[in-house]
Amino acid sequence: MNFDAFILMKSEMSLTLIIFFLLFLKVWDGIKDNTALLYIVNFLLLINLITGLFGNTDGSLFSGMFHTNNTIYLEKNILKLGMFIISLQSFDWLKNHKHLLEFYILILCTLLGMDFMISSNNFLMFFLGLELSSIPLAALANFDLEKRKSSESALKMILSSAFASAIMLFGISILYGVTGTLDFTEMASLLTTSQLSILAFLFVFAGFAFKLSSVPFHLWTADVYEGAPVSVTSYLSVISKGSIIFIFITILLQLFKNYDTIWINVLNISLLLSITIGNLFAMRQENMKRFLAFSSISQMGYIMLALTNGTQTGATAAIFFLLVYTFSNLGAFGVVALLSKETGKENISDLRGFYANNKFASWVMAICLFSLAGIPPTAGFFAKMFLVTAGAEKGNYTVISIAVLNMVVSLYYYLRIIKAIFIDKPDTPLAKLNGSMMMKISFVICISGAIIMGFASNLFEYINTITGK
Amino acid sequence: MFDLSILLFIPLITAIGVLFCKNNSQVKWVALSGSTVQLLYCVELLKIYWDQRTAGNTIQMLFQQRISWFKPLNIEYYIGVDGISIAMILLTAFVVFAGILISWKIDKLTKEFFFLLILLSVGAYGFFISLDLFTMFFFLEIAVIPKFLLIGIWGSGKKENSAMKLALMLMGGSALVLIGLLCLYFNTHTVTGQHTFDLLAIANMHIPIEVQRFIFPLMFFGFGVFTAIFPFHTWAPDGHSSAPTAASMFLAGISMKLGGYGCLRVAAYLLPEAAHEYSWIIILVSTIAIIYGAFATLMQTDLKYINAYSSVSHCGFVLFGIGMLNQTSINGAVMQMVSHGIMTALFFGAIGMIYERTHTRMVAQLGGLLKVMPFIITVFVIAGLCSLGLPGFSGFVAEMTVFMGAWQRPEIYNRVATVLACASIVVTAVYILRAVGATGMGPIKNKEFLTFKDATWTERLASVTLISCLLLIGIAPFLLNNLISPDTKIIMDNIARTAILK
Repeated sequence: MNFDAFILMKSEMSLTLIIFFLLFLKVWDGIKDNTALLYIVNFLLLINLITGLFGNTDGSLFSGMFHTNNTIYLEKNILKLGMFIISLQSFDWLKNHKHLLEFYILILCTLLGMDFMISSNNFLMFFLGLELSSIPLAALANFDLEKRKSSESALKMILSSAFASAIMLFGISILYGVTGTLDFTEMASLLTTSQLSILAFLFVFAGFAFKLSSVPFHLWTADVYEGAPVSVTSYLSVISKGSIIFIFITILLQLFKNYDTIWINVLNISLLLSITIGNLFAMRQENMKRFLAFSSISQMGYIMLALTNGTQTGATAAIFFLLVYTFSNLGAFGVVALLSKETGKENISDLRGFYANNKFASWVMAICLFSLAGIPPTAGFFAKMFLVTAGAEKGNYTVISIAVLNMVVSLYYYLRIIKAIFIDKPDTPLAKLNGSMMMKISFVICISGAIIMGFASNLFEYINTITGK
Repeated sequence: MFDLSILLFIPLITAIGVLFCKNNSQVKWVALSGSTVQLLYCVELLKIYWDQRTAGNTIQMLFQQRISWFKPLNIEYYIGVDGISIAMILLTAFVVFAGILISWKIDKLTKEFFFLLILLSVGAYGFFISLDLFTMFFFLEIAVIPKFLLIGIWGSGKKENSAMKLALMLMGGSALVLIGLLCLYFNTHTVTGQHTFDLLAIANMHIPIEVQRFIFPLMFFGFGVFTAIFPFHTWAPDGHSSAPTAASMFLAGISMKLGGYGCLRVAAYLLPEAAHEYSWIIILVSTIAIIYGAFATLMQTDLKYINAYSSVSHCGFVLFGIGMLNQTSINGAVMQMVSHGIMTALFFGAIGMIYERTHTRMVAQLGGLLKVMPFIITVFVIAGLCSLGLPGFSGFVAEMTVFMGAWQRPEIYNRVATVLACASIVVTAVYILRAVGATGMGPIKNKEFLTFKDATWTERLASVTLISCLLLIGIAPFLLNNLISPDTKIIMDNIARTAILK
C-alpha cells in the first residue's frame, strides 16, 4: 500500500473528510447555534481552498481511470474558490435556515462529483462524477422550502438533467460498442470516422449542450434559475457550468481530436445560436435571476467560440475566462442575494435608485456587470478579448463578426441595470441593506478579482504553460 | 529621459485621491491640482521632446517603453510619442484642465463626477501614447463607462436615451475596430513566427492587399464612429447636448479626436494601399458630413445642438484631410483636430456658463446677454469666430491647410469635393453669426436676466487658457506645424511607398 492515492486525490479526500465531519455534526447535534456552524464550515472551506494550492503532483490512479495534472488542479481550485465565495454569500440566508448542514453536505457532494468528473480519464468515472454532481443539485434547487416555485424548479431540473444524462449515456454506449473501451486515451486512437461513431459523438455533444444550457437545449435554464434560491442559482451558473466546460475541453481536444472539423462546425452553429438567442432573451427579462441565466447562456457561447480554435490556445482562454467569470458573476449574484434576502425582491425595477443608499453594493454590481460585458479596465475585457482572439485564429470572420457585434447587444442589457441603479429616481429609494461581514468580504474578493485578474498576466502565462503540456 | 507612464499615473493617483476626499471642496481642489500638475508635465514633455528633436534625434517615436504584458499572445505595454501624439496629449491636458475649472459648481455626487471625469482622461492619454494596438484598444474602451454615467447621472433633457445611444454606438464602433484588429493581428508575422500587435512593426510589414481591403473599412468606420463619421454621427448631437458641460467638452474636444487619431494612425498608416483604393469613399462620406452637418446646424434652435452639429461638420474636415492623402492635407487634419478640440471645448464651456444662469439654451428665449454678462458673451463670440474660421484664430489655419492640401489633388472628383466643402464655410458663418447675434445682441428678452452675475474666477481662468491656445495656434501656426510635419511625413512616405510599388 502506498500513499499515492492520498496525495493525488487530495482535493477529493479533503472534501470527503469535510462531508463526513458535517454528517457527524448533524448526527451529534451538539452545536445548536447556526452562526457558529457557519463559521466552522466557512473556515473548513477556506482550509480546503488553501490546501489545493500546494503540493500538486501529476499522476494517474486505478489503471488510468483517474488522472490529475496541473491544469486539473487549477480547475479544481477555481471551483473551490467559487464554492468559498458562494458559501460566504449564503451566510445571511442560511443563518436562519433549519437545514443548514444538509445544504452544505449536498453542495459539497456535488463539488466532489465535479472533482471526480474533471479528473476522469474514463467514461465510467466521468459518468459517475456527472451524476454525483447533478442529482443533489435538484435537491438543492428545492431549498427554499416554503416556495412553490422552488419545488417546480427542482422538478424541472431533475427531469431535464436525467434526460440529458440519458442522451449522453446512449452516446457513450454506442462509443463503447464501436471501440470496445471506455478509456479516453485508448478510445481516441480507436475512433474512426464511421457514421455510427459520429452519431455517438453527436449524442454526447447534445448531452453536454444540455448541461451547458446552450441553445437549442437551454429551455430548462431560466425557470430553474428563477425558482432556486440565489445561492444555488449562482452555484449552478458558475460552478456547475464551469466544471462541465472543463471536462468538455478535455473531451473535445483529446478524445474527439480526429473529429475536429465536425465539432468545430457544430460548435459554430451552437455558439451563434447561444450568443444571439441568449442576448435577445436577456434583453426582455425583468427578474434578475432569469436575466443572469440568459446572460450566462450567451457567455457560454463565447467560451465555445474560443474552443473552435481546436488547440490549447482555446483551452487557455476558456480557463482564464472561467476564472474571471467566477469573480464577476458571483459578485453580481451576491448583490442579488443581498437584495433578495433583505427585501424579498429580485426584479430589475426593484434596483431603481439603489445607489442612493447602497454605494458600495452598487459599485460591486457595476464593476461585475462591466466585467461580464467585457469593458476595460475590468478583467472581463481581457478574458473576452482572449476568447475572441482564440476564436479568430482559424480565420472564420463571419462567426467572429456576429459574436463581436453581439457584445454590443449585451452591453445594452447590462447598461439597463446600471441605469436602474445609478440613474433612475424612484419616489422611495431602497433603504440601506445591511449585509453581514461575510457578504462584504465576498464582495471585496469579487471586485478585486474582477479588476486584478486582468493585469495578472503571469497567471495567464502560467495557464498557457500548463495547458500546453 | 522622460517617463511617459507618469502621464497615466498622475490622473490615476488624482482619481484615487478624489475618492478619499472628505468634502466637496477638497474633491475639487484635488482634481484641479492633479490636472494642473498633469498640464505642467505635458508642457515639460513638449519642451524635452523639442530639445531632443533639435539635438538631431530622428527616431520615429521618442521615450519608448516596452513591457511584455501577455506573452503567449505577444501583447505588450508599449508606449512612445511623436509630434502628433504630443499635440493630442497637450490638447487633452488643456481640455481636462478647463473642464475641471468649468465644473466648479457641481454639487450633486461631486466625488463621483470628478472621479469619472479623470478616469475618462486616463483613457485618452493612454490611447495617444500607445504603440501596441491591443493597449490602444484597451484605452479606447476605458472611456465607455465614464461617458455613459456622466451623461446619465448629471445630464439634462432626455439623458437616458442619449447616454444609451452614445454608449452603444461607440461600442459598435469599437466592435468594428476589434474585428479589424484581430484580422490584422493574424496576418502579421514576426521573425519568431509569432503574431504581433506592434504598430511600428506592422507598418513595415507587407499586409496582403486582399486583407487590407477587408480590414480598412472596419478600421476606418470603426474609429470613424468616434469622430461622428456620416452616417454614424447620430450619437453626437444627442450625446453632446444631454451631457453636462464638462462632459460635452470632453466628448467633443477629446473623445472625437480619438477617432480621428485612430483613422490616421491605424487605418491610413498601417493599411496604405487600401487607403488609396478607398480614398474616394472617405472623401465622399466626409464631404457629405461637412455639408450635411452645416445645413443641419442651420435648423437647430438649441445652442448645444448648434455646436454639436457643427462639430459633425468640423470633424468632417479631419476625415476629409486624411482622405486626400497628401502631406499638407494630413497636416491640416491634425491641426483641425487640435484646433477643433480646443475651440469646441471653449464653445461648450461658454454655452454651459450661459445655461447655468439662464436655465435655457433655446436661442429664441435668449437675447441681449452681452449687457448682462460681457465676459461670457465675449468668450462665446470668440469661440464662434474661431469656429467660422476667422483669420487669427486656429480654425482658419487648420481649414486653410486642409484645403491647400486638397487642392493638390488634380482629379475632377477631388476638385468638386473640395469646392463643395469650401462652400460649407459660408453656411457656417450664417449659423454662427445668427446664434451669436440672437444670444448676445438685441434687447434683453427677460427681466430676470438682469440679475445674473458674470463669470466666476474659475470660469474666467478656464476660458482665458483655452482662448490663448486658440490665438497662439492662429498667430503662430508654424509652431504646431513644425511639431507635427516630420511625423505626418513619415505616414505619408509609408503611403507613397506602397503607391509606387503598385
